Amino acid sequence: MTYRREILLAVIILAIVVGVGLRAPAFVTPSSLIGVVTDTSLLFMLTLAQMAVLLTRGIDLSVAANLALTGMVVALASRAAPGIPIAAIIVLAVGFGAALGLINAVLIAGLGIPPIVVTLGTLAVYRGMIFVIAHGAWLTSKDMSPAFLAVPKAEFLGLSSLIWIAALVSVAAWVFLNHTSAGRALYAVGGNPVAARYCGIDLARQQLRVYTISGAVAGLCGYLWVSRYGIAYSDIAIGYELTVIAACVIGGVSIAGGVGSVPGALLGALFLGVIVNALPVINVSPFWQMAISGAVILAAVIVNSRSERQTGKLILPEARRKAANAAGGA
Amino acid sequence: MSSVSKTMNVESTGPVLSLSGVSKMFPGVRALHEARLTLHKGQTTALIGENGAGKSTLVKILTGIYTPDAGTIEVNGKAATFRSPRDAWAAGIVAIHQETVMFDELSIAENIFMGHAPTAGLGRLDWRLMRDRTRVLLDALESNLDPETPVKRLGVAQKHMVEIARALSHDARVVIMDEPTAALSAHEIEELYAIVERLKKDGRSILFISHKFDEIFRVADRWTCLRDGEHVGEGFIRDTNERQLVSLMVGRSIDQVFPKTDNAPGEVVLEVNDLSHPTEFDGISFSLRKGEILGLYGLVGAGRSEAMQCLFGLTKASRGEVLIDGKAVELTSPAVAVAAGISYVPEDRQVQGAVLPLGVRENMTLASLARYASSGILSTARELNETRRLGERLAVKAANWDQPLNELSGGNQQKVVIGKWLATHPRILILDEPTKGIDIGSKAAVHEFMSELAREGLAIILISSELPEVMGMSDFIMVMREGRILARWDRAKATPEAIVRAASGLAEVAAA
Repeated sequence: MTYRREILLAVIILAIVVGVGLRAPAFVTPSSLIGVVTDTSLLFMLTLAQMAVLLTRGIDLSVAANLALTGMVVALASRAAPGIPIAAIIVLAVGFGAALGLINAVLIAGLGIPPIVVTLGTLAVYRGMIFVIAHGAWLTSKDMSPAFLAVPKAEFLGLSSLIWIAALVSVAAWVFLNHTSAGRALYAVGGNPVAARYCGIDLARQQLRVYTISGAVAGLCGYLWVSRYGIAYSDIAIGYELTVIAACVIGGVSIAGGVGSVPGALLGALFLGVIVNALPVINVSPFWQMAISGAVILAAVIVNSRSERQTGKLILPEARRKAANAAGGA
Repeated sequence: MSSVSKTMNVESTGPVLSLSGVSKMFPGVRALHEARLTLHKGQTTALIGENGAGKSTLVKILTGIYTPDAGTIEVNGKAATFRSPRDAWAAGIVAIHQETVMFDELSIAENIFMGHAPTAGLGRLDWRLMRDRTRVLLDALESNLDPETPVKRLGVAQKHMVEIARALSHDARVVIMDEPTAALSAHEIEELYAIVERLKKDGRSILFISHKFDEIFRVADRWTCLRDGEHVGEGFIRDTNERQLVSLMVGRSIDQVFPKTDNAPGEVVLEVNDLSHPTEFDGISFSLRKGEILGLYGLVGAGRSEAMQCLFGLTKASRGEVLIDGKAVELTSPAVAVAAGISYVPEDRQVQGAVLPLGVRENMTLASLARYASSGILSTARELNETRRLGERLAVKAANWDQPLNELSGGNQQKVVIGKWLATHPRILILDEPTKGIDIGSKAAVHEFMSELAREGLAIILISSELPEVMGMSDFIMVMREGRILARWDRAKATPEAIVRAASGLAEVAAA
């Protein structure tokens, strides 16, 4: 596997960082750059989970709503029982998020309803549930226990716990997608559903797994989001699912399924994280930020489709030799 | 062929359409060689020949889809060239296709006039004229269908009717029907025959392509036979009989050399008893021994693939049992079948086999992933070992073993798909049309490889529509027709005539 696209994206990100740094040297100090990565931690995890869904030719639009609802649930739990151990909170967040994901999974895999329809529906339901269970209230840091709020502020070796959690999730995603049968099956069902079926790979089972995982990651991020910003209400992370999908597309994940890599998804998320953090530094208005990320998404899609068109099949012997040399021989 | 030419009469009127000396080459395959065909006003000509005899190529030349490499086409005695389907339409030649191609959501009238709708100035559609003309066309076919009915609500026979009306809307003088009765019920077939009679009375010529002798003798006035892309005879239906036509269709020595070796088969590995499906096949029984090749012959749509897909766990049988090594197995899914030692290499390897964005290694190991994992983690090194072993054995040409499949040529993609199934270390290998659409050189390589696998003790089921291949490669041969096994022979006892007669529904007794 070659990582040409990933390297190109990394170079572009580096160029942006250097360019902004020339205008505003404060942006390129280590602590500022670590701050950017910390800010992007949740996006890393959500992008990886969304990529797994996109690989199967699916989509999960309910991630941000799941995140907000799970965040409210754990905040309410913390208010009701301030003494509850933090491990229990995390288990609750992951479990509750996974349960919401499982609802998507059952509707998609069990009833065969298109993922975009199911998750569009559950997006609205989950958002609405936040208001219902909190009776419209906002929960602030005053309602949460100190232990609850301490996790995102904790540091290890000078890096925020958020970075460490994102790193753990990334490694797990890498192992799962590249070195397990279940991960390979996701690429197979997205790349060619019929061929996958002939190989004994059941699409419904992959969907069941992948939407549940997506929900679990959204749930974990729900707790981290609420504890980091110290607030839970019905509109947190509203529309964030589109940012997540944008990060996937920029990172080279195909909406048509079967194509995507962990480094690509991480770089796609990092790109958006850098844009969001760098543009205010050089006094670009938030509206320009939106236009810029939109333009970048379109550019990424165009680059992907063009690169696919240009690489033909290797039928000529000299073309095969050239490709073999370029790959360093296998 | 002298007995055939004697029966030819001198035509009273000149032919409506005549082809002569028509040849067409595809890379490595000679599809047609100096073929000829004449069609006459108000008559039905049956075009007969085995699968792969060149009938479809001839139809595609007649309808302007292919341009012949050599030969002439004359319409009403005047030379014509068809560069596109439009040219063929303009000359009054229209084909009714095997699988009707239609716009399901649109009405009958819209379907008939798609591409040549009447307009009422400024490019506006003249809906009333379209409806009226559709009414006239349907009346001519004595059909009382409503022109505004959406096509999706029609049955197969009614869709044929619309196709024929569409042909008539082009003022077709030559109507080509390619296996028109394949999907029709007995009653609908009668209706089609009546339409053919009406078209003839109208002075139109019909080219009728069919494998079914009963209907050839029912509707045709004349016949033309192709074999291996060559014209081997023609005449009047009233002067011939089934026996003569069958021997003309297959009449050849099997001149290709097949690498099949006679190896002593081992013990029985697979036993299938009365395997049945509610709509696809019924009472499929056979047993297969180690190192044996079973050839499964039949016309397209005879239920061969469906029966084998059921054996592979893709569909559920309604009754019957499958025994592997004498033990009954429940083949509920492909995963179970693979675990039980059955592999199925599908016919459409591009669509059903290859995962194009994934690499050679990932495709090759996809059906056997559990073999390379320890405690759930896949070993890339082990995957590469197996890929290298099979890739070298099958001579896969790739830049490296992680090259995405969409960068490989079609032939190499096929090799990877076959390799994927060998990687499961099957004991029973089902090959569905393994040489369809590949050139002679690659065919020979596939045949050689099959023999080698059989020598190693693999039991192979070969589904093939090519008679020489079935006869050359199989230890025993079964013929399926309309979902049932009609006949079976040992390699030594099978004759091409007997096989074709059985597949066409002419065999009265199934040999044991």
